[in-house]
Amino acid sequence: MFEKALKGNNYYWMWLAFLGFFIAVAAVCYLRQYFFGLGLTGMTRDVSWGIYISQFTFLVGVAAGGVMLVLPYYIHNFKAFGRITILGEFLAIAALLMCMMFIMADLGQPLRGLNVLLYPSPQSMLFWDMCVLWGYLLLNVLCGWVILTAERKQVAPPKWIYFFVYLSIPFAFSIHTVTAMLYCGLPGRHFWLTAIVAPRFLASAFAAGPALIVVIALILKRVAHFDAGKQAIDKMVTIISYAAIANMFFVGLEFFVGFYSDIPGHKHTLEYLFFGLEHHGHVYNNLVPYMWGFVVLFFVGIALINYPRTRRDNDLWLGIGCASIFLAFWLDKGIGFVLGGFVPTPTHEIVEYYPTINEIFITIGVWATGFFILTILYKIAIGVEHEVEA
Amino acid sequence: MYDSGKIIPGLIVFVLFITIPIWYNRGSAGAPPKIELPKDAKTCVLPAAEIRAKHMQLLNVWRDEVLRDGQRANIEIEGKQYPKSLMLTCMKCHTSKKQFCDPCHTYAAVKPYCWECHLAPVE
Amino acid sequence: MDIKRRNFLKVAGISTLAGLGGTAVVDRLVAGAGVAEAAAGGGHGAQQASAGAVRYGMVIDVKKFYDDPGLGDKAIKACHQFHNVPQFPDKRDEIKWIWMTHFENAFPEAPNHYQDEANQKKQLPILCNHCDNPPCVRACPTKATFRYEDGIIGMDYHRCIGCRFCMAACPYGSRSFNWREPRPFIVDINQDYPARTRGVVEKCNFCVELVQIGKLPACVEAVADSKALVFGNLNDPNSEIRQILKEKYTRLRNPSLGTLPSVFYIV
Repeated sequence: MFEKALKGNNYYWMWLAFLGFFIAVAAVCYLRQYFFGLGLTGMTRDVSWGIYISQFTFLVGVAAGGVMLVLPYYIHNFKAFGRITILGEFLAIAALLMCMMFIMADLGQPLRGLNVLLYPSPQSMLFWDMCVLWGYLLLNVLCGWVILTAERKQVAPPKWIYFFVYLSIPFAFSIHTVTAMLYCGLPGRHFWLTAIVAPRFLASAFAAGPALIVVIALILKRVAHFDAGKQAIDKMVTIISYAAIANMFFVGLEFFVGFYSDIPGHKHTLEYLFFGLEHHGHVYNNLVPYMWGFVVLFFVGIALINYPRTRRDNDLWLGIGCASIFLAFWLDKGIGFVLGGFVPTPTHEIVEYYPTINEIFITIGVWATGFFILTILYKIAIGVEHEVEA
Repeated sequence: MYDSGKIIPGLIVFVLFITIPIWYNRGSAGAPPKIELPKDAKTCVLPAAEIRAKHMQLLNVWRDEVLRDGQRANIEIEGKQYPKSLMLTCMKCHTSKKQFCDPCHTYAAVKPYCWECHLAPVE
Repeated sequence: MDIKRRNFLKVAGISTLAGLGGTAVVDRLVAGAGVAEAAAGGGHGAQQASAGAVRYGMVIDVKKFYDDPGLGDKAIKACHQFHNVPQFPDKRDEIKWIWMTHFENAFPEAPNHYQDEANQKKQLPILCNHCDNPPCVRACPTKATFRYEDGIIGMDYHRCIGCRFCMAACPYGSRSFNWREPRPFIVDINQDYPARTRGVVEKCNFCVELVQIGKLPACVEAVADSKALVFGNLNDPNSEIRQILKEKYTRLRNPSLGTLPSVFYIV
């Protein structure tokens, strides 16, 4: 089926070349980092994880979000999702590959990465994260490929594949739960030390993942003559709305616990993220604009995808609404959650983190690689759809 | 065979390409390396043949015993005590990394990462 | 080799079982992974030390460091010189094993707005606490950081992959990372101790290489005259350190986290 990715119009090749440019830049930047060390990033001993790990965390959510298409279709027999479950599965593949690239970019000794397998350490959540991420990746490759092949041959998928399809559903929940456990099991990091991290991660994932799929579906409708169907889009918008509101509800609960209990440790990071944290006469607030951007974009997005005229009558407004939600939760989880957790430090000092240019280009390059893979996978999937229809 | 005009030259190019190491280095195998043995020390922790073949395993075993299991008891050879240590035992007799370690490692094209952390004696 | 392979298979097998069997199995695994099950007792105020003949610990007499500002420098210099700890010009690259800080930074759980002014500007040393229930060891995905039977938390730089999970897990900020090649920044190199490579985490190792051959840690040795640092076996009721703990009021850093530090402060 790969041959379908080799035929495309000029826009297809221009888009791939555009992504390829950023991939090439990132490759050079990564080589610089590889030979110099992670000192080329903005990380310090106090903020020891930066945008690599925060992107990883967000993208695990995007990968898990695909299950919001798989679950209604296979469990509830919601037929309208039939055409687009493959989009969810292939998005999960691309997102997981991005996750793994971000992990590799973040390792101080990338060549020793396999030590995680050589000395398996079940007491470490990172070990389990590796297990579920690889598991979910393989499940999606397997299910996506087998079902697409069956569709191409216009036969029913083999019965045994349903075992793996059903297995992939708890796996989707587990990848983001275990990723949350990386954070919420650490003593002494008050902002992360809360049982609501996992539900909150899942809520924002189930909004951000489908939001990205809606945006992509709207683009595919224009550029690839692929119509996801009105009913499918409508259902996804409903899912996005509820999940997004659930996430905001959980954020609100964090605020209540922090500010009503008035325990300094519970408030510090929230103050730092949203209002700026005063310390020895200096106010530290470099993430404040991002967090208010998150709140504003959420309200803009939720309004656009729920107000009937912007949702039903105009694809552009619907797309902007979903993009707003996606961007909002990227700011929330892909910027605020991870970076904020390091403030203040365990010895109550404040160190702010600014990524370096080199680091930003590597990050952009990994995203570009992900979208490159996604483009090729979607080209194959849609090529098969068109072939079947013809 | 169809397309034999393309396939056969293609195969030849492929074989030439993957054998680059062989013909690129042809004739330059050179003489076996000469290493400088310590002048005053007569015995090693293992017989010469064994230490030559297995020093890397021994160093790994020492590393795990000392660093991970905390078994730091010295080893005794002919009444003298030696710690299980690259820097504190091996390199105290073999005082020159350049004359003793590097020639063979270069010859065998291995790059042990020991020296990224461990310090070679000052020469 | 055989033993290693067998261990690998054992762990791999058990992991699979755990994945299928749910949390009960995982809990038992966690307990079996060398982490002392002491945390449960901590909540009732009773210090539950891990069993075993030896558990090394340290008592730091804060007042002595307040009275003699040169004392801290002596301890730091001895440690950093002995262990080839690099000195970077840029604070962002900073690596430190033991360092001086203010009371409010060392004990953030106990802010006191009416602290005596004389002591506010003075500093006390902090270092790795060598917890009996160490979160860093739990977090490490390769067992590159681990607990010796004598309670010291060690680092295996050969194995560390540089994921920095331990740095996020440590509630005391005791860990540093080699953001760049450290060798050029080692001021006065000690030929008898290795340096580190870039991309690995490092921290105070309680001078395990000295302690396990019967010597005292470098910092303790450096300030031996003052007795500001006392090192010894916490599990030996007759040791000097236990006598001091019996007589003096001591504090632990962030005790509510249940990590059970082995470094005690006389404040």
